[in-house]
Amino acid sequence: MTDDRAYPDEPAGPFPTPPTTVDDREGRPITIRRYDSETDRTALAAMYDAFDPADRAQGIPPTGEKRIADWLDSITGEETVNAVAVHGDDVVGHATLVPDSDETAELAIFVLQAYQGAGIGTHLVETLLGAGEAAGVERVWLTVERWNKPAISLYEKVGFEPSDTESFEHEMAIRLH
Amino acid sequence: MKLLLGIGGSDDSIRALERAVDRAAETGDDLTVAILQNPATDAAPADIESRVQSVLDGMSVTASVRHLDGDPGSQLVDLAEREDFDRIVLGGGETSPMGKIRLGSIAEFVLLNSHVSVTLVR
Repeated sequence: MTDDRAYPDEPAGPFPTPPTTVDDREGRPITIRRYDSETDRTALAAMYDAFDPADRAQGIPPTGEKRIADWLDSITGEETVNAVAVHGDDVVGHATLVPDSDETAELAIFVLQAYQGAGIGTHLVETLLGAGEAAGVERVWLTVERWNKPAISLYEKVGFEPSDTESFEHEMAIRLH
Repeated sequence: MKLLLGIGGSDDSIRALERAVDRAAETGDDLTVAILQNPATDAAPADIESRVQSVLDGMSVTASVRHLDGDPGSQLVDLAEREDFDRIVLGGGETSPMGKIRLGSIAEFVLLNSHVSVTLVR
């Protein structure tokens, strides 16, 4: 894939690096840390098993144990950067950077419905970008449905700018270095 | 059924070709293949045509092969409506590194503009 996106000229940030702990707007203590495939996989799969399919975006997350497992394999492999938001023993949010070149990666984030609207998404995206920055990712892009104003506002607040406004989905990009 | 398959040489359009030809072999669909100029690929129309021919030959299916010049989406919709096709068949998009489905520009135009039913092959 050729990278002809319009990235911002200036790097965004600085961003926090994991682990971080915050109280969300409901007063729940949430820890955001790097995903560990050895210890977190079961809880992450459980989060997606419980995920409301009405919140799917462009086909992800998929549904069904097998499709979820295959998808998680493909986005948590080597070279990817993953962060989870944890409440007690439960994974309640997940954000991931999947590289499409040496320097660029695609971002996606999902927060379990009961934890949405509590500020977790912003912390999770910022902390993931901090982890990505530390891992040497130069530029990050994402797509979001045009009607999803809360998500677009979140990405703008973090520093993403529109990079392709003509395609079906709204594409946004950010520079880390 | 009178089917019009649009193919511009992208990977998803090749998959759509294979599935449409497989189906035509079973059902006897009346298949027309329209070779389009997809700005997102650099596939030469002659190469696409030989690919089309080899898939058709492989399944012993006959189809008329047409070349459409100019804007691919609008030319395809125009042909489908003018010649009373029952259905347009297209590749259903590529997936991003993340696994997100991304609709191509031709499929987007056709979905929003066609009065003929559209099948996107996934």
